[in-house]
Amino acid sequence: MSSSLSLSITTFVFCLAALFYIAAVIFKRPMLGHLATSAAIAAWAGNTVGFVQRWIESYQMGIGHVPLSNMYESLVFFAWTIISVSLFVEFRYKNKLVGAFAAPLAFLAIAYASLAPGISDRIQPLIPALKSNWLIAHVVTCFFGYAGFAIAFGLSLLYLFKQPGDHPDRLRSYLPSAAFLDELTHQMTLFGFLFLTIGIITGAVWANSAWGSYWSWDPKETWSLITWLIYAVLLHARLMRGWRGRRIAWLSIIGFMAVLFTYFGVNLLPGLHSYGQG
Amino acid sequence: MPKSASDNRLLDRVWRFFASVKLTVTVLSVLALTSAVGTLVPQNQDPMVYFRQFGATVYRLFELLDLFDMYHSWWFQFLLLTLTVNVVVCSFDRLPAVWKIAFDKSPRFGPRQFKKSVIVAEFAAGQDAAQAQTQAEATLTKCFRSPRIVNDEAGYAVYAEKFRWTRLGAYIVHVSIVLMLLGGLVGSMFGFEGFVNIAEGEQSDVIHLRRGHETRQLDFAIRCDDFDVSFYSNGAPKEFRSTLTLIENQQPALTADIIVNSPLRYQGINIFQSSYGKLQAEHDHQQAPLTVPDKLTLRFTSRASNMRYFKDTVIGQPVDLPENAGKFVLIEYRPQAEFGGQNIGEAFIGVLTPAGGQPVEVLLPLRFANFDKMRGGRFSIAVEGDFHEPFHAEEPPERYYTGLQVTYDPGVLLVYAGFIVMIIGCIVTFFMSHQRYWVDIRARKNKIWVSVRGVSNRHQLGMERKIEKLAHRLAPANTTIERKPQ
Repeated sequence: MSSSLSLSITTFVFCLAALFYIAAVIFKRPMLGHLATSAAIAAWAGNTVGFVQRWIESYQMGIGHVPLSNMYESLVFFAWTIISVSLFVEFRYKNKLVGAFAAPLAFLAIAYASLAPGISDRIQPLIPALKSNWLIAHVVTCFFGYAGFAIAFGLSLLYLFKQPGDHPDRLRSYLPSAAFLDELTHQMTLFGFLFLTIGIITGAVWANSAWGSYWSWDPKETWSLITWLIYAVLLHARLMRGWRGRRIAWLSIIGFMAVLFTYFGVNLLPGLHSYGQG
Repeated sequence: MPKSASDNRLLDRVWRFFASVKLTVTVLSVLALTSAVGTLVPQNQDPMVYFRQFGATVYRLFELLDLFDMYHSWWFQFLLLTLTVNVVVCSFDRLPAVWKIAFDKSPRFGPRQFKKSVIVAEFAAGQDAAQAQTQAEATLTKCFRSPRIVNDEAGYAVYAEKFRWTRLGAYIVHVSIVLMLLGGLVGSMFGFEGFVNIAEGEQSDVIHLRRGHETRQLDFAIRCDDFDVSFYSNGAPKEFRSTLTLIENQQPALTADIIVNSPLRYQGINIFQSSYGKLQAEHDHQQAPLTVPDKLTLRFTSRASNMRYFKDTVIGQPVDLPENAGKFVLIEYRPQAEFGGQNIGEAFIGVLTPAGGQPVEVLLPLRFANFDKMRGGRFSIAVEGDFHEPFHAEEPPERYYTGLQVTYDPGVLLVYAGFIVMIIGCIVTFFMSHQRYWVDIRARKNKIWVSVRGVSNRHQLGMERKIEKLAHRLAPANTTIERKPQ
């Protein structure tokens, strides 16, 4: 079995997991919750296998490198980080709600990787700029950061959805308390912020060893800094000025928009990170 | 000179202004917004390009605002300075109070501090109060440094705490910010960033600075002994390698190979592989001007079947693709074609119009016969023929020049120190907290009850679990722990 077959099956399992999680939240049947978690674990395993297979296949082609070198590979890895963080939160806080947002996001990421035009799933050789041990540290930390922010984004949407009215209608009564959502969003933001920080730092150290400058205001660098600044604003507003709830949820959504622009939008601008495109 | 009251009031107001978190939030937001502008307006390009793109009025306005080099403009530097002052003043303003709490020799403990405990974890501990007390004391002494025991008319209680110093976490992060900004300042004042192109076999001790259109003399010369570029079979570059010799006082001091991601460091100066190019062989060029043969052969290879088709053509004459897949025409020959900023030598440019599709420009380098496979089209196209002989017969072996980035930055150590301190600071601030516990032992309904409460200065969510965990450690095995909201 090849990596592309494994990843195709995984995409399908991600879709199942997403549907089960959403159904579990709506219908509140323990059975659906168990199915959702099982599907998520299966998707995680399939994603892991596909990733490792692709790594091995690149060595068989004689151009061996960790599969984190282009848009397709990063999207597959993004799905993996999202589902990993989500499963961790689910087990730690004994709450399946996070999966109802994380699994669809992971599904979107991996489905976009295979379906979007212009994203090639072929294993390509590594260009000279990417031949560095910093590649793994930089990409892995960045994507764990993105995953934390993605989940915080999902929870923030849910928070905004839960808070506006006071009348407990059918769906809202199944959701956990706003205080729990707010706190969990905060935890995910802290997690994302730490990893984004390490991601930017490893990127800077790498840039200094490859190009001789730890910071050159390249659009991707700049947008990662913008993302970092937005979340820094969020943390100061929350920790020092006592912001909670809706305002923090909005900041979290704006922050995730910056994450998306750092990831996808920057490719429209010229710069050093151009290999992230196709 | 004695200060007047109004002086003090003004000073106080300035201090308050720079110590406010509102200022922090504002400056961070403005930095985020303005940084975005610099990614939309291309930076540091030729003024003519801007002039053509924006027109005279907008150009003059942008020029006035330094938008073409905005990250080094006075107002952006001013924002960074404001942030630095803000961070420093904020820290000095709040630090004494936090320091006092963090390193208090005799911290205050009492039930009052535990009003915010998220839960109370309780269990019944048999009949013997003294035994329960000894048990609690032993466990807590093991888990915490110097727990405090209070035994008075109110009852028996043990107070314990840990990680009080983590209250300083935010200041660790602030120190790191100052270190990085300071490192950046040192780098921009005492460092330089330049580049130099050196042909194979030649040497240079002068570099062009990236900023300010100036040159700089180095204490040693760099000689390029050899340059090599290798390609993958799909035409993408694989490795750029320069063999360099550094010459000091007319003596070779060091010879080393550099590739991308593996620079050379000498006397604090870093030399990086940055670009390369082919030298124009000028006189040979004049003696034997390159001519395109009258007849060329196009090779179309089907991606699906690997089947090859050959068609003769000349520049400007359209040919039909096999299997009615569209039309193709060669439009131009370039002796020095570029791909992805790299010189890939002689190439033809063609226009492919797939059946029912939009025309696309296709690059066909003569040195890489399978180059067009990379495009991923239905047919890959290549130009074939005997032209290699006439094209290259008169040419001397190719000579390259290597493009080197040369930098010196004494601020890097400060910046790297800032990086490490920032990661530590973030971990301490986000994932550690000052935890305080109150274990209360008293008789109720003929039983001895042990109640555990706890508070932390951050994340209450995690505290719930920690309180329960402590209760489990205090309780004998198989005891039921009851958890109640406070």
